[in-house]
Amino acid sequence: MDFLQQFCQQTLNGLSLGSIYALLALGYTMVYGIVKLINFAHGDILMVGAFVSYFVLKQWGITPVTLMLSFLPAMLFCLTMGVLIEKICYKPLRNQPRINALITAIGVSFLLENGARVLPFIGPNPRVYPTLPVVNYKFFGINISQVQILVFVVAIGLMLLLNYIINFTKIGKAMQAVSFDKGAAALMGINVDRIISFTFVLGSSLGAAAGILFASAYPQIEPYMGIMPGMKAFIAAVFGGIGSIPGAVLGGFILGVAETLTKGFLSSQLADAIAFGLLILILVVKPSGLLGKPMGEKV
Amino acid sequence: MSKKMNTVVSVLIVASILIILNVLVMLRVIDEYASQVLTIAGINVIIALGLNLISGFTGQLALGHAGFMAVGAYTTAALMMKLHLPTLVAVFGGALMSAFFGFLIGLPTLRLRGDYLAIVTLGFGEIIRVLMINLPELTGGPAGLKGIPTFTTNFFWRPVLSFALVYLTMTLVVVLLNNLLNSSHGAAIISIREDEIAANAMGINVFYYKIFAFTLSAFIGGLGGALYAPFFGYLSPNMFNFQKSVEFLIIVVLGGMGNLTGTVVAGIGLTYLQEILRFLKDYRLVIYPIILIIVMIFQPSGIMGLFGNKEFSLTRFVGKLAGKQLSGEQSSDKAGEVQ
Repeated sequence: MDFLQQFCQQTLNGLSLGSIYALLALGYTMVYGIVKLINFAHGDILMVGAFVSYFVLKQWGITPVTLMLSFLPAMLFCLTMGVLIEKICYKPLRNQPRINALITAIGVSFLLENGARVLPFIGPNPRVYPTLPVVNYKFFGINISQVQILVFVVAIGLMLLLNYIINFTKIGKAMQAVSFDKGAAALMGINVDRIISFTFVLGSSLGAAAGILFASAYPQIEPYMGIMPGMKAFIAAVFGGIGSIPGAVLGGFILGVAETLTKGFLSSQLADAIAFGLLILILVVKPSGLLGKPMGEKV
Repeated sequence: MSKKMNTVVSVLIVASILIILNVLVMLRVIDEYASQVLTIAGINVIIALGLNLISGFTGQLALGHAGFMAVGAYTTAALMMKLHLPTLVAVFGGALMSAFFGFLIGLPTLRLRGDYLAIVTLGFGEIIRVLMINLPELTGGPAGLKGIPTFTTNFFWRPVLSFALVYLTMTLVVVLLNNLLNSSHGAAIISIREDEIAANAMGINVFYYKIFAFTLSAFIGGLGGALYAPFFGYLSPNMFNFQKSVEFLIIVVLGGMGNLTGTVVAGIGLTYLQEILRFLKDYRLVIYPIILIIVMIFQPSGIMGLFGNKEFSLTRFVGKLAGKQLSGEQSSDKAGEVQ
């Protein structure tokens, strides 16, 4: 019973972490689906989002209301940033070999990290993110904290919203069309540039939200905090099938649970390595990912 | 002058440049600080050459060459300290170990088309670093590994020997890569970069050549790291972080992807620039990514793209000089064909 209890507890923690990964993985998978680019800078958007909300919360003080309100400026700031990055850095490279855009994405990622590091009001030292007082609720011997409930509610709410936008609005359907065939979509009168910008808007605002949730769950923020979650979220996206939106969510949850179970039952040192183990596994067994469709290359 | 003569003259020129530089180091005309910076630059160039082979020539982005450097360096250190092997054997062993790791990583990832190698090598670099921190009996743990035997303990000869070995290795690597790339293997490798599907249709075994290029690339990366261990005498896991991998990438990109001359020039130039820019402290960290982005957007072929993306060829250069002296048009034409 004790083992089962601990197992359930770790799974719950994993689902909470996984929903943050899932939010971030959605950004990777949407951008990859549309421009075929691994947006390395996406993990750093998480960091920027966390810092924006940190400064907002420092200004307003921390209450449940201000915490929810701080999502707004963080998401607005990040989506502006995401669109600017796309327009300035990725758009000129759209017709060049993919490796060029990939290298630029790494450059942008480093620029964000190191830029935050040298900015005098951020700096290299970790800061404590303001949190609400810890309240734990107990169900059948399993603890669920207030933060975890917040994470679940916000993450699942945003996912449902995204699902609505993509499947039931005009612009969402245009996104699907562009990801299916960019050229044909343009011929049908879809403004491809606008759709790509919109993809970055969606991805970056989800990234910012993930940043706030991540900082609430692990209340320490620093300029390099986005690297590891970013990498794991990308792996989650590959695991679920890159380009597939339900796949990214599924992959995020699986990765989160795998990580906390490793931490809980094996060793905390291995927890970072397990993500890469899963990546290698999926690449060997089913490279298109759990929910991805195998794509033949056209000549 | 015949092709053969050109080659002989070129080899002599390279040898004499190396000897002259060494004498300059020995006489301390190039002082110890400068020779140390140059030696580090040489190591950076070696690893960047390895990276250029897989990313520049084969077109597969790899982001973990600091990891291969670490494998090479720690293996060499372990071979020297635990098994007391001679330095050169240990260096070779380190490079081989790194090639083995490259092979292992390449097997699952290079079968696939797409950018998976980038993310897997990135993860590899990080995992290696975590392993180094958590294997204290082999690696000294987070505090680092001290007391690695250096090339020589002699105070006078140490910079000379380090310099000589590193630059000799660098020359050998350049020659090896140049010959490889001008062979049929090289043509196959470059065809993968240009168009993987077409290469496959032409009957080129894409997977085999990718694995071949990546393993060799890891070998060269490990070789650089292996030289680093006895040169520095101290290793710590944090020397081999992601930042370091990106530094090698910047060398390759700035020099021009798929250009060996560019890598050598950019490697030495950037390592020196890093020393000059020390006064900027942390702001250096911002300059690098900006260089990377600007080069990629405005000059994707790097500095060598400004010179028509040609390789500098000593034999051709010698041929031209000789051609001028002999005022023979036919000889300069002939020499143009020689790489």
